[in-house]
Amino acid sequence: MRKFFLAAILTFFSLPALAAGGGDVVLKHKDWSFNGIFGTFDKASMQRGFQAYREVCAGCHSLNYIAFRNLADLGYNEAEIKAIAAEYEVMDGPNDEGEMFMRAAIPADYFPAPYPNENAARAGNNGAYPPDLSLITKARAHGPDYLYSLLTSYKDAPAGKDVPDGMYYNAAYSGNMIAMPQPLYGDDVEYADGAETSVSAVSADIVNFLMWTAEPSLESRKRIGVATLFFLIVFTGLSYGAMRFIWADVKKKAA
Amino acid sequence: MSATKFSNPVVSWIDHRLPIFSAAEHFASDYPTPKNLNYFWNFGSLAGFTLVVMIVTGITLAMSYTPHVDYAFGSVERIMRDVNHGWLIRYIHMNGASFFFIVVYIHMLRGLYYGSYKAPRELLWIIGVTIFLLMMATAFMGYVLPWGQMSFWGATVITNLFSALPYVGDAITTLLWGGFAVDNPTLNRFFALHYLMPFVIVGVVMLHIVALHRFGSNNPLGIDARGPQDTIPFHPYYTIKDLFGLSVFLCIFAAAVFFFPNFMGHPDNYIPANPLQTPAHIVPEWYFLPFYAILRAVPDKLGGVIAMFGAIAVLFVLPWLDRSPVRSAKFRPIFKIFFWVFVADCLLLGYLGAKPAEGIWVTLSRVGSIWYFAHFLIILPLLSVIETPRPLPQSLSQSVLGGSGAMAGAAAAPKEKA
Repeated sequence: MRKFFLAAILTFFSLPALAAGGGDVVLKHKDWSFNGIFGTFDKASMQRGFQAYREVCAGCHSLNYIAFRNLADLGYNEAEIKAIAAEYEVMDGPNDEGEMFMRAAIPADYFPAPYPNENAARAGNNGAYPPDLSLITKARAHGPDYLYSLLTSYKDAPAGKDVPDGMYYNAAYSGNMIAMPQPLYGDDVEYADGAETSVSAVSADIVNFLMWTAEPSLESRKRIGVATLFFLIVFTGLSYGAMRFIWADVKKKAA
Repeated sequence: MSATKFSNPVVSWIDHRLPIFSAAEHFASDYPTPKNLNYFWNFGSLAGFTLVVMIVTGITLAMSYTPHVDYAFGSVERIMRDVNHGWLIRYIHMNGASFFFIVVYIHMLRGLYYGSYKAPRELLWIIGVTIFLLMMATAFMGYVLPWGQMSFWGATVITNLFSALPYVGDAITTLLWGGFAVDNPTLNRFFALHYLMPFVIVGVVMLHIVALHRFGSNNPLGIDARGPQDTIPFHPYYTIKDLFGLSVFLCIFAAAVFFFPNFMGHPDNYIPANPLQTPAHIVPEWYFLPFYAILRAVPDKLGGVIAMFGAIAVLFVLPWLDRSPVRSAKFRPIFKIFFWVFVADCLLLGYLGAKPAEGIWVTLSRVGSIWYFAHFLIILPLLSVIETPRPLPQSLSQSVLGGSGAMAGAAAAPKEKA
């Protein structure tokens, strides 16, 4: 009966996750390096994904919660980060004359957004709003698989399916009509390390990068978690032994 | 309370003027506790522990949180990214809320199964239900604070419920909102109240403990301890057992915090609140789902609100609905079956609460809701009349030595594993 009870609790647990799944699309599942309790980020892939973000996604999608200094997590050194930041311009001010001015970004600055506000973003994209990507892999159910599927599931619409103007057919998107045009075609980027640039390879790189932007603490979280659990399991064993020891006289009398 | 009770002169001097050491001794070491408590009796202390964890992490989070519609979401992300180990504190707090409810639900079901709400512990039970109600209010307001999509729309749906009340409804809703929609004043007052409520809970928990110590713990047999042969001091026996239970709990809790921190949350809450865009499905946190299902099962708005609050209100009068003099389900064969049906019904309602309110789900919600109330209002009063309980053992220690206890023990495994 106790087993039944535990099973019931566990079932109850998993309900919201099931409910959040959404039924009408089938996602492609990939064995990401950050999965599992010992999961880590693939830094080379993240750097490639960062390049793809800059050259493809950043035209429309902001990355509001990421500062240039955060790029150290990807394996860039200080000089490289300064150089990357300097390629961007950010608004600063007001200066002593009370004027706002543009200057080269420094590592402490956040990535500038492609549009000054939501209205401008909508005006530039047929009324659709390209969401900020910092948290996208956590803001969708099964985020990494979802994003990977979305990027790799642009297709010609099946016969009889009418695709309205300004919409595109995507097998992974709920309702299959998405306002984002196909972003990747297989020749979009040229990687310095000579890695594969097929649609699926670049999509995986982007997912690796965006998983990091959503959860930069993932590696240290799992590392601390393993150590904590190791300690707790030993502690549980010790407290069980102490309990047996203290209860021994009560048990003896009862037996 | 003689001054000679403690050998340390400083302790003795203080205790003579301020009897805190005597009180501590009374509450922990002297306190006689039934010998035969099983692991389900661990969940009270676990709930107390979780409350402390929530308060400590909550105060820490409040140091870096900004209760403003334009900054709340960003400030939570600052905590996750830039505050040292902020992600850990926030994930503990976030998952701690879920685990608090898991622990409290098990604690409550234990009370239902073993009849812990019966005389003379009615007030103890009622105070406990009050804590549960305060917890729900606190958790609801806390979920609003990150100001994600589910925060905003959950707040909108739940606060709107009060507008269904006749005459005072609109005034109450306006008061909750601090305006005419969920907006910055709502977030501000929810933050203030979310910070206040846990301390109210602490106060009510103290009443809960005082009421508990008046007659001591119930036990799996549901009969009173008859003398010293039936009891053991709380310390060290139950302090060590609680410590062991706590370490098992912490293993599971840590696994969730470190490896599945977002499992029990909703992905939409990582999208900043947008009053112009309603999410496809608005679902509350999992621990509210059974009540949410009851709310939606009633076609009338006011009726739904009454049913939802009634589902909790009925717990307050439970001691007078179940009139059977036998406490423990171990000696109540029919009650035991209905207890598990009731548990299944609650799980079903939780499942239905996460489903869209359409088609077969609505019908099932209605059946589940009716069963929920029928359990308390029809089945329990009826069982107290028609059910013939099994014979009770003479005493706690006698049942430990064998006899009727051993037979019932096979079903519910009342004794410690050892």
